[in-house]
Amino acid sequence: MQTETMVHNANQIALFFASYPHDEALAGVTDHLQKFWERRMRQQLLEYVDHGGHGLHELVLEAAKKIRPAA
Amino acid sequence: MALIQETDYGTPLRIAETMVTLEIDGRSVTVPAGTSIMRAAVGLGIQVPKLCATDSVEPFGSCRLCLVEIEGRRGTPASCTTPVESGLKVHTSSPKLSRMRRGMMELYISDHPLDCLTCGANGNCELQDMAGVVGLREVRYGYDGANHLKSEKDQSNPYFTFDASKCIVCSRCVRACEEVQGTFALTIQGRGFASVVSAGGKDFLDSECVSCGACVQACPTATLMEKSVLEKGQGEHSVITTCAYCGVGCTFKAEMQGNEVVRMVPFKDGMANHGHSCVKGRFSWGYATHKDRILKPMLRAKITDPWREVTWEEAIGHAASEFKRIQAKFGRESIGGITSSRCTDEETYLVQKMIRAAFGNNNVDTCARVCHSPTGYGLKTTLGTSAGTQHFDSVEHADVIMVIGANPTDAHPVFASHMKRRLREGARLIVVDPRRIDLVKTPHVKADYHLPLRPGANVAVINAMAHVVVTEGLVDEPYVRERCDIAAFDAWRKFVAEERNSPEAVEEVTGVPAADLRAAARLYATGRNAAIYYGLGVTEHSQGSTMVMGMANLAMATGNFGKLGAGVNPLRGQNNVQGSCDMGSFPHEFSGYRHVSDDAVRHSFEQAWQVPLQSDPGLRISNMIDAAIDGTFKGIYIQGEDIVQSDPNTKHLTAGMAAMECVVVQDLFLNETASYAHVFLPGSSFLEKDGTFINAERRIGRVRKAIPPKAGLADWEITVKLSEALGYPMPYQHPSEIMDEIARLTPTFAGVSYELLDRVGSVQWPCNEKAPMGTPVMHIGGFVRGKGRFMITEFIPTDERTTDRYPLVLTTGRILSQYNVGAQTRRTENNVWHSEDVLEIHPFDAENRGINEHDLVALTSRAGEITLRAHISERMQPGVVYTTFHHAVTGANVVTTEFSDWATSCPEYKVTAVQVRPAKKLSEWQQHYQETRKQTTQIMSETHGD
Repeated sequence: MQTETMVHNANQIALFFASYPHDEALAGVTDHLQKFWERRMRQQLLEYVDHGGHGLHELVLEAAKKIRPAA
Repeated sequence: MALIQETDYGTPLRIAETMVTLEIDGRSVTVPAGTSIMRAAVGLGIQVPKLCATDSVEPFGSCRLCLVEIEGRRGTPASCTTPVESGLKVHTSSPKLSRMRRGMMELYISDHPLDCLTCGANGNCELQDMAGVVGLREVRYGYDGANHLKSEKDQSNPYFTFDASKCIVCSRCVRACEEVQGTFALTIQGRGFASVVSAGGKDFLDSECVSCGACVQACPTATLMEKSVLEKGQGEHSVITTCAYCGVGCTFKAEMQGNEVVRMVPFKDGMANHGHSCVKGRFSWGYATHKDRILKPMLRAKITDPWREVTWEEAIGHAASEFKRIQAKFGRESIGGITSSRCTDEETYLVQKMIRAAFGNNNVDTCARVCHSPTGYGLKTTLGTSAGTQHFDSVEHADVIMVIGANPTDAHPVFASHMKRRLREGARLIVVDPRRIDLVKTPHVKADYHLPLRPGANVAVINAMAHVVVTEGLVDEPYVRERCDIAAFDAWRKFVAEERNSPEAVEEVTGVPAADLRAAARLYATGRNAAIYYGLGVTEHSQGSTMVMGMANLAMATGNFGKLGAGVNPLRGQNNVQGSCDMGSFPHEFSGYRHVSDDAVRHSFEQAWQVPLQSDPGLRISNMIDAAIDGTFKGIYIQGEDIVQSDPNTKHLTAGMAAMECVVVQDLFLNETASYAHVFLPGSSFLEKDGTFINAERRIGRVRKAIPPKAGLADWEITVKLSEALGYPMPYQHPSEIMDEIARLTPTFAGVSYELLDRVGSVQWPCNEKAPMGTPVMHIGGFVRGKGRFMITEFIPTDERTTDRYPLVLTTGRILSQYNVGAQTRRTENNVWHSEDVLEIHPFDAENRGINEHDLVALTSRAGEITLRAHISERMQPGVVYTTFHHAVTGANVVTTEFSDWATSCPEYKVTAVQVRPAKKLSEWQQHYQETRKQTTQIMSETHGD
């Protein structure tokens, strides 16, 4: 997936859940990424975050920590 | 098998609490009050002679054949127009009645051709039957008087003829057009002897007629007759099956001569259509035997090579070995597949099973990705289940009908007729649509409110309606307290009550006058039973799922779930798109909408399938294409889906397809996707196999084999062979065994079997121990998820914005005579109504650009450019243009973009920023398409030549 598209899609998810209180919103974004994003897409997101995650919504950045597989 | 002749009760069924007992010909009968004597007699097996009466239309009393005598009463009333009364003693035959009937028949026959032996209706003519029944032996008036025998035959309609010389002016056709179809295209012109049936225009083709076939079905003579019957004769046996077009799922009788279909007749006992049809299901089945059908498997090494016909063994073996090679080289997740919403439940179930079990991954998706995936997400989140809430008949109890982003008279015509009947009875109508669709104003139907919103503003509109409900005290508080999650409701109420969500505050964004929006919201909330029906104008947006949740919020707040006449109802597009979703075609769900990460569910499938399964979601269609471009997805099995034509951003999509090493397409025709295929497996039409389809009301209906598969194998058998070649045998002998497995593994289908379906006709899931005969209306007494969950639905405008460069908004859709990518309907006579996609544009926008009717125009977006003809139409609002995607040569999806619903990736077909300008030639893409299409469809064989 093009990086720009990936960032856009992830942020769209965050924008929906951003209406909720922070913890609920974070849980919503995390759950969505885990339940609907395929492994390669999550991996692309995490790699992008590792490179600074420019342009990603704060909720996506936080959710990325939660979906990162244990080392 | 025999030809199924359904009983004609003469007049429609009446439902009443009061029952009436009377005596007919000395026998007692009890029927609901309001029933005609004619219908009550049929209940006793007594067929009173008739010509102008039929049970699909209200009685008319013109033919005077159905006269009866009633003890103690004078005269001979018509049994069709005389309702039963308690204690009546009726006689249906007597010497006097016989004389009168014979006299009437003499008059009819004196002005009717005596060509019974060569007539198309021979053997199926009510006039002929009645002549026999009344014992007509002579016509005292002779045949030389004034008559209509030389009336011209109207053959303009591609599917039926109108032979006025055979017309008895019984008005059954006129009444069917009015009462059954609701188009009012036919009328009786002239008076007395000069009375003739008229379609209004110069002929049927030039008229308002929508070719639904209701008039043909109602005609008691050969006046309105299918051309196929005129050509071939009457059928000798019938097969009851389900239509393979839209999500209404009409039941039809395929009338057959051996292995040849003579005609398709809507089945009166079909619970979705009750004997009605549209032009597609009724007449447009010729594609099944079209010369373009591919009947032999084919292979090629490169997509630029000509196709080579091979045996099934070679084709299946090659596909399997390629898939194995690719997985060995690029990993287990490097291949996937797409199930077909045009195939049966059993076939889609098998494809997803093969992908999960034999491919060993969850890379399976289906066409619902690009249409109603937001419905699944939105309704599951709020209500707990991924489907519409009502059966179609529920509309008969609706007091307010709100149609949002749907054009049922074009896309779901049989249900639209049902809906229009309720509207003519007085139900109120709200239409929320950027276009002035036909339903806004059609004969005897006028929307109370048309909210012509700007494309992309759905969520702002639904929030504003909710704002009115909440701030004007219109919430059904007891319902919400009892049925819904109160914390979620309170948060939602606080959100929608904010002034920024008021109709006035959003008026600039939505384009909907605040006063109209307020009035519509009040009507919806206070009009007793309020039902929402919606289509792709809701789902195909970047906020498609949000909008579905917004509608569920509104319906919950007003107590409009769990009862007749209410609910939130998706009008689903393809014949089995509901079924393909139900069968586990999504990459994150097993059948019955259970997530692959649910250990208990996954283990149940592992145990049944005897193979470990993945707990991680797989790729969606758009993700597969992205991954193909990235080089990590290399092979795909596509059953009955033409993603190259139907999915957005064609250039991006075809780049992905071209990047794959093994594309296997299973279809009836060399569709657009097949241009990128290496293996072609010839599929079977709905007439060629057994199975089930599930329609938009969750109704599981049988598909029955009427003819053998033309290429030798039904689609399910092809998947079985492919799976076996992959090393995962699935030894089913019949689709009923597949349904039995679905029932064992899917709680909502636990009670479903072919035995049940054959016995009762159809059932709506959930069908299980709790609901052994199915569930017409869901959420009665409580929601499936427990408490209904209100969701906060913030309006977030799409990032697809108009600019100076692209100042117009394009929205795409469908029309009546064509279906989806047109693969079926373009191979029928339906092209007479729609031979090309055109761009509808408002006169203001056209004039500004110097565009005249039928001019060639260039339609450009940031994704691409196409050219097509302009159609100037005031149905459009200024600033919005519209086209269809039925013709591959147009390439409508060259223009659409990759923006999609945030939750489900459903493409945003309904909002593309575009510019339109006059053009003189085809676009570059179209020229390239025409050059390459010929090459990619070339077949090298003995039969086809090189």
